[in-house]
Amino acid sequence: MLHTELELSEDLLVETPPFRTLSGSQAVLETFISEGVNTVFGYPGGAIMPIYDALYDYNERLEHILVRHEQGAIHAAQGYARASGRIGVVFATSGPGATNLITGLADALIDSTPVVCITGQVFAHLLGTDAFQETDVINITTPVTKWNCQVTEAGDIPAVLAKAFYIARSGRPGPVLVDISKNAQLQQFDYEGHKPCNHIRSYRPKPIVRREYIEQAAALINAAERPFILFGQGVILGNAEREFRSFVEKSGIPAAWTILGLGALPTGHPLNVGMLGMHGNYGPNVLTNQCDVLIAVGMRFDDRVTGRLDKYARQAKVIHLDIDPAEIDKNIKTTVPVWGDCKETLPLLTRLVRPQTYPDWLERFREHDREEQKTVIHGELNPDCATLTMGEVIRLVNEHEGGEAIIVTDVGQHQMVANRYARFNQSRCNVTSGGLGTMGFALPADIGAKLGAPTRRVIAIAGDGGFQMTIQELGVIQQHGMAVKILILNNQFLGMVRQWQELFHDRRYSFTNITSPDFVQVAAAYGIPGQRVSERKELQNGIKAMFETPGSYLLEVMVGKENNVFPMVPQGCGVADIRLC
Amino acid sequence: MKNEYTITVYTENQVGLLNRIAIIFSRRKINIESLNTSPSEVPGIHRFTIVINETEEVVRKLARQMEKQVDVLRAFCNTADEIVWQEMALYKVPTDEIAEKVKVERLLRAFGARAVVIRRDYTVFETSGHREETDRLVQELEPYGLIEFVRSARVAIINASDGFHELLQEFEQREPGEEAAENEFLDQHEEVFAM
Repeated sequence: MLHTELELSEDLLVETPPFRTLSGSQAVLETFISEGVNTVFGYPGGAIMPIYDALYDYNERLEHILVRHEQGAIHAAQGYARASGRIGVVFATSGPGATNLITGLADALIDSTPVVCITGQVFAHLLGTDAFQETDVINITTPVTKWNCQVTEAGDIPAVLAKAFYIARSGRPGPVLVDISKNAQLQQFDYEGHKPCNHIRSYRPKPIVRREYIEQAAALINAAERPFILFGQGVILGNAEREFRSFVEKSGIPAAWTILGLGALPTGHPLNVGMLGMHGNYGPNVLTNQCDVLIAVGMRFDDRVTGRLDKYARQAKVIHLDIDPAEIDKNIKTTVPVWGDCKETLPLLTRLVRPQTYPDWLERFREHDREEQKTVIHGELNPDCATLTMGEVIRLVNEHEGGEAIIVTDVGQHQMVANRYARFNQSRCNVTSGGLGTMGFALPADIGAKLGAPTRRVIAIAGDGGFQMTIQELGVIQQHGMAVKILILNNQFLGMVRQWQELFHDRRYSFTNITSPDFVQVAAAYGIPGQRVSERKELQNGIKAMFETPGSYLLEVMVGKENNVFPMVPQGCGVADIRLC
Repeated sequence: MKNEYTITVYTENQVGLLNRIAIIFSRRKINIESLNTSPSEVPGIHRFTIVINETEEVVRKLARQMEKQVDVLRAFCNTADEIVWQEMALYKVPTDEIAEKVKVERLLRAFGARAVVIRRDYTVFETSGHREETDRLVQELEPYGLIEFVRSARVAIINASDGFHELLQEFEQREPGEEAAENEFLDQHEEVFAM
């Protein structure tokens, strides 16, 4: 995954005299402002009250979004970070406040999202006494943070927070948690002003680029007959979309994406051949096992992408570009490792590759695409059955938005359908929980994405199951008067699990039929207009109403109960064993 | 093929880092045979010595995961022939048994043991050496009523190492030299994964 350089907004850097007496809490907020933070997602509680008290005076410089559950705060911060390229910031109190962040931390770690969480902690003298709302937050969050640290002295706050921001955004980004005891929040100390951190001796965010590997990679590419590019979120995290596009266009190599890479190259680009992995496109999966050189850019060969490893691209020489040395050779043995920030490595590689086209090879992708269009895609997007399909809803969203909206998806069938069929003209448009697969992600992440990209249209697409997991965040939309669109694709099942039960468990639908409240009425109770659509003839108008009604809107579409997502690489199978039906 | 590896990890002295390192192993269900933390030759830098039985490929992956941690400077992996290592052991035995039935002197000579404490009721011996040696002394003492036995974690010196002083200076540079910046386990890439 690749490097992100987040710009500090210079107008927010305030001149400070050399010494000022501040409380630890004020130092937290001063550091935020110096680091360019203007939005914080959080929820108050006993151990973080001094920070919230200080926040009262920072109202004009820091917008605080009061969520309804701390999980909502961190998913919102993730959505904010993914849409804006900035760091998402979270406040939570000790004990349950902190433990409610765990899912989001795990999600942000596996999806490399820069997030800084500040948790309150009991007074230092109470640590280890099983005090009220005391948990061992540092040890609980160690496996799910890039770095974490407990602070019990106010004087340590500026340096630790500067380090936290630097670690969260640099190298392969990730979540960082700083736990601050209540006494440190209250304590007064001499604040010397913000000193940004840009070097930690034990931390190498970017490995040095090795020229010889760039040369070897270029030589392999130039000698290839059927090269194939796989790209992931590293391209987006490295702000290297332009460099990537130049590489693709000069080399003429077909390129396919992981779901977090979606949007790094416009979906309509002639060399964009589609989605990889379990529910990806037919051609990219089958032809992975026919290419001669595989060029992986900022992706990590997740098992959902590779299927069975011993049947994955055995014939190919593998070039792997990644900023994280631990990813190289982790799952797939690399012929040429190109470690480094792809913003730097891609232009070096582009310079050395020969301009080329591969018409016959590209035609193979087109053949597979025609096959997939015939057996899967046409029927999904233009169904002739009575019930609505998820795909036709996405088609209408595409037609209305023309690939310009930010689409935030939850997890499950609708996620795969939306990722397969949504059109994106630009980067940072697709926000989804890829690695962790966190149901309940969409609604809070949608709220965060809207705050991160206020001028963009933002739409959450969720299933009936996942939406109920964080449904309480509708309260945030109400309280802050936000303009986010919510599209629920309701199949009255936990659809993806039901699909697996149908295919692999003899149709034993064990606890996957789920009931829902009347979502339109629930939204109405929060002051959000909406409607439910069950008939094809109402669908177009429903989509139109959702997008054209000012402010927020909830559209619930009743889709076929037992529709499946195809193609599919069944678990334990190789990518070439992908099933079209 | 699994082999015994001694991993030497140079780190910052940070609370919680032991857990961060330990979970890299426990998450993958890898048993740590021995773990020692101590100061290193450089003031302020800690040194973990970890012994595991694993394949070379797994050990390399583990080393990369450790080096990925923000507070870890460097991990070195060595097989037994690349290090000098010792483990210390303490043995507590009844003094009268030892005095009467086994010649103390013979034990001291044969095992290079040292009597740390001699009391009327018990004697504590100390040895340091390789595992087989301490195991043998345990066997020897068991018939005479070994009251307590404890063995320390392994500590190891790397034969080929020049120490960490110079490397640390490179780490402190904004633009480090190749040696500090490179990941040693990737550096030997061609040797390891020649295709």
